[in-house]
Amino acid sequence: MTERTPPNPPGDQTAPRKPASKKPAVSLEKAQKARRKFLQSLGLTVGVVGLSLLGYAPLSGARPTRLRPPGALDEADFLSSCIKCGQCVQVCPVQAIKLADITDGFGIGVPYIAARDQACDFSCDAVQCILACPTGALTYKKPEFMEVRDGVKLAAAPILKAKEKDAEPTLNLKERIGVARLARPEACLAVQGKGFKGQARGTAFKGQLRYMEVDRWKPIPVADHPYDLPLCDLCVRECPLKGAIELRPVKAADGVERMTPVVLEPCVGCGVCEMVCPAEPAAIVIDAQAPWKA
Amino acid sequence: MSRFIDQIKVMLGAAPQKPEKVSEKVQQIMFLKYEDKDRYIKEKLHARAHHDVSHKWRNRRWAVLLAVNLLFVFSFWLDIQLLEGALTASRFAGFHLIDLNSALQVMLAHKHIIVNLFIGTFTVFLLWVLLGGRSFCSWVCPYHLLAELTEKLHLKLVEKKLVTDHEFHRGTRTVFWVLFGLMAVLTGYTVFETLSPTGILSRALIYGPGLALGWVFLLLLFEIFWSRRAWCRYICPIGLTYGAVGTLSPLQITYHVEHCFHEGDCRKVCLVPHVLEVTIKGRADEEQIGLGPDCTRCGLCVDTCPTGALRFEVKGLSKLL
Repeated sequence: MTERTPPNPPGDQTAPRKPASKKPAVSLEKAQKARRKFLQSLGLTVGVVGLSLLGYAPLSGARPTRLRPPGALDEADFLSSCIKCGQCVQVCPVQAIKLADITDGFGIGVPYIAARDQACDFSCDAVQCILACPTGALTYKKPEFMEVRDGVKLAAAPILKAKEKDAEPTLNLKERIGVARLARPEACLAVQGKGFKGQARGTAFKGQLRYMEVDRWKPIPVADHPYDLPLCDLCVRECPLKGAIELRPVKAADGVERMTPVVLEPCVGCGVCEMVCPAEPAAIVIDAQAPWKA
Repeated sequence: MSRFIDQIKVMLGAAPQKPEKVSEKVQQIMFLKYEDKDRYIKEKLHARAHHDVSHKWRNRRWAVLLAVNLLFVFSFWLDIQLLEGALTASRFAGFHLIDLNSALQVMLAHKHIIVNLFIGTFTVFLLWVLLGGRSFCSWVCPYHLLAELTEKLHLKLVEKKLVTDHEFHRGTRTVFWVLFGLMAVLTGYTVFETLSPTGILSRALIYGPGLALGWVFLLLLFEIFWSRRAWCRYICPIGLTYGAVGTLSPLQITYHVEHCFHEGDCRKVCLVPHVLEVTIKGRADEEQIGLGPDCTRCGLCVDTCPTGALRFEVKGLSKLL
């Protein structure tokens, strides 16, 4: 055991010092002290390591998968490669990206998107969060040794409605972060044959969205953009991607022919449909990290 | 060379050793110092009486620490975009800067290194090789500042005998460094990051507070009531990573045995008192000794020393000037 001697050791050794031999003999008191210190140090080590492994708790539990920012690697790779700096948070124009808290275990400080509160509407036009990432946790192109799961790769580069008339109308995004799903058709206003009037999410809702008809570049609060629609088609209307969702006729529960939103292959899982859906809770949701199933 | 190796051993947790041989020049200095006891005591009292307690380096350090952290905060809040990111990884005016320990954890966990990660790590490596390895701890780390303040509280409580200080073996930090590395490799997660108060505080400052601050609070309580500066001294692998880099650094605090009265004021204020063991009578073997790589270059000892025996110096440069 090594020991640091303070300048004036409190309660200095009263035990008689043995005559100097080659190796100075250690007094009983000193040996006990060293032993105690060793055991305490061991305790500290075990304690801290134990605490750090608490990070497993949320992983082993049935925590729902979170929606990651565009370009995120598969969950395990994402958690290991993310350096928790938040540079993706800083570049997002609609502040869609949040950082996870300590309750997320090993995912502390890792970015996620709570689509219902604020979806990624691609206001940046270029998925800049990917560009900002210093470690490749968000990436335009996965390294070759990483497999691409079936149904995650997009068939074609997504066409951004806002850029449709530009020379380069596509998003540099190769994989989807999730897929939209009409989870509660019975709550869907279109399926009920209802229209919608007023603010999509009420006047207190803080989420923002870029409306092409208002300003192509600047997102405004959803609360500042009321609707008056004979038939609710908010999810289709506000979807930022071309051909990702459309209304199709369906025979409703009461036997009447109505319309229903149908999610199509170009859906990347951005979450705008979930954010603007006026039903409470949302009728359409994003299955985070889910692949596209035809 | 052997001192260099000894200093590294001390950083890893070994106890500082008494030198086997003391140079003739030092022997002479020591002899002259103690030749006339009355004169020695007189000089000592004189130095003490004429020493204005200075906080020069502490104030400079606090200013730098606050400035760096506020630059992070304002870059985001006010959208200045000068220093984007957090302490784990950032971009200063476009240049990637990546904390060495965070980079190490990510590389070990992910086992894949992209160009930006490499560039950022290299920039920071160079920066701290030049500035002095562990100066990151005392000049940048936000936890250091909090712990420095609560340490004062701890020392007050110790003085009033309300708490006792529990020392652990300093080698635990080396053990933790290895363990956190191993855990990153084996689990594929950056396990250390869940506990790192540096990352937690930096993110809380920039992106807003969260529950994780509770952990930082618990750590501070542990340090106030149980063990002085426990996290920095016995656990934090960031310090050891930077310390290892700092062994190369030309910027150091040097000890001049000639001016020293061996009263040990410096060791009382020091966060890493083992690097100041050379100031104990009979421990210095050369007239000038650069403090070991575990020194955080906080300058508290420089401020405290009444005789100017400890100074900030750049290796080789002071001889040229």
